[in-house]
Amino acid sequence: MTRYLAQRAGQAAVVVIGLMILTFIMIHLEPGSAARATLGVRATPGRIAIFNSTYGLNEPLYRQFVTYIDQVVHGNLGTSYSLQIPVSTLIAQRLPRDLLLLGLSTVAALLIAVPLGIYQAVKRGGVSDHVLTGASFTLYSTPDFLFAILLIALFSVQLRILPPEAPQASSVGGILADPRALVLPVVTLALVTVASYSRYMRSSAIDVLAQEYIRVARAKGLPRRLILLRHVLRNSLLPVVTMVGLSFSWIVAGAVIAEEVFNYPGMGLLFYQAATTHDFPVLLGSTLVVGVATVAGNLAADVAYGILDPRIRYGRA
Amino acid sequence: MAALNTGTSGTERDALGGAGLAGTGPPSAGHDLAQRGTWRPALSAFASNRVAITGLGMVIVIALFCFLGPVFYRTNQVTVQLNLATLPPGNGHPLGTDPSGYDVLGRLMLGGQSSLELGLAVSLATTIVGTLYGAIAGLAGGIVDAVMMRVVDTFLAIPSLVFLLILVNLFTPNLWIIILLITMLSWLTSARLVRGEVLTLRTREFVQAARMMGAGGWRIIVRHLVPNSIGVILVNATFTIADAILILSALSFLGLGLPPPHADWGTMLSNGLNYLFDGYWWLVYPPALILIITVVAFNMIGDAIRDSLDVRLRRR
Repeated sequence: MTRYLAQRAGQAAVVVIGLMILTFIMIHLEPGSAARATLGVRATPGRIAIFNSTYGLNEPLYRQFVTYIDQVVHGNLGTSYSLQIPVSTLIAQRLPRDLLLLGLSTVAALLIAVPLGIYQAVKRGGVSDHVLTGASFTLYSTPDFLFAILLIALFSVQLRILPPEAPQASSVGGILADPRALVLPVVTLALVTVASYSRYMRSSAIDVLAQEYIRVARAKGLPRRLILLRHVLRNSLLPVVTMVGLSFSWIVAGAVIAEEVFNYPGMGLLFYQAATTHDFPVLLGSTLVVGVATVAGNLAADVAYGILDPRIRYGRA
Repeated sequence: MAALNTGTSGTERDALGGAGLAGTGPPSAGHDLAQRGTWRPALSAFASNRVAITGLGMVIVIALFCFLGPVFYRTNQVTVQLNLATLPPGNGHPLGTDPSGYDVLGRLMLGGQSSLELGLAVSLATTIVGTLYGAIAGLAGGIVDAVMMRVVDTFLAIPSLVFLLILVNLFTPNLWIIILLITMLSWLTSARLVRGEVLTLRTREFVQAARMMGAGGWRIIVRHLVPNSIGVILVNATFTIADAILILSALSFLGLGLPPPHADWGTMLSNGLNYLFDGYWWLVYPPALILIITVVAFNMIGDAIRDSLDVRLRRR
């Protein structure tokens, strides 16, 4: 296991460095864009030159990269061009908000999708299975901004029971103190996720239900509820665990559309604003954080595999 | 046809195939299938799958609506007519008009053309690039494979919408650039899937036999590996069409889609949503419905192909 983890960590480091190089190249595709975006269209060539030399943007690309890596290794993610706030401070403000919102919606989605998928697998081919399949197709195929706005139109404008805006407090405690405002954003994000998780859950539960050990459990007279809980649930969770592991990066990267609609400034909007204003340090810093989260999520999924399925053992091969 | 037991309804087949009851097919099934080509059984399974046929029918109707519709239903989609802005449905405009005075029904046809073209183009490019990349990596193995797949991992380490945000801001979007950018993100999945298939295929006897007879890498890929992974490739290609249409609509909503005068369903929908609270429902629900129906249809086809392939694989 240790050897396997070391090997995976090595691969992960390669991916993260590759990601930094890729982002670096991507954002430098349009030279001079950062100065123009930050200083405005009427900036004089002199001011642009000062800006470029202040931030080292006139150096050769490889040297800028080396300088950047050196900074990162020393724990410095740089300072935002347009906001003049350290990138680490920005991320520290935004990230907890997304961890909360997207974490809640992922948990909500799992709580609905897992039982739903097993139910559909048990009732496969029946009317309820078809109806639920149709519903999840429709949910999955609906743009999330449409959901968000229709939910606002219904619950905030027509029925007036929920606020149209996510909690505006800046601390996690403050956000949790306003649970009603969290409902619509969490539901919006959970709806699409439920659709895809329940599909995976359904097909893996169908596979598990056909296994010999289920027949044995049934033959020895185990109650249906116990079969479903002990055997089917645990064994059919594997694909969903992968999905959750993969979605970890998505949790950290934020949900730009939901954040935009519900006015909840998190990582998604940070990316969006940084991309439109060519704020390189912010883009690089948040890409780095998301990349590390992705790699960590994949690794966590692998470890969870080993726990869920005793047949999977790493490092022996 | 008999091999796939045409008597069974689509639903039962789905249940059987999905349940993984491999041995329940008629005894002749495996034998019959082995003697026919790869294509016919898969095609007939597809043809007798009700979900697949429904999805395909929906796609055909929508494509006819978008591409043939304007021949019969002529509207002015070029010049802005503010005196006709936001007319409610009726009076020669079955779905009303939008804030620029364009007829909404006619605009749906025009917008559908670019949405469908974008979906197909992205899917085609994704399939070609992803298949070749995955097949080369899988066949080469060793260090080449490791390097090629780390590149894919690197691209995949960032959520696609975030990547698009960075890239779209660097270019002035037009249809081709958007196609290129969405392709840059979606070929990764297809490359991974095809590589996975190739890894299992390359140890099979027919590939080794081909190699022993002196077939080069290219010939093995084109004549053996790709035709045998066609199922995975097709399934992914259909899902890619659906996803591309959705991604474009998300970009339009963020104001990073195709600039006006261009029309597509996503742009129509996100523009229309600005007027939802003014009561102009005809600017929201028609594009929303047709967009969702189209995406559902492509997802249904993809799902059904996967099911029919499963049946084929399980009865082999």
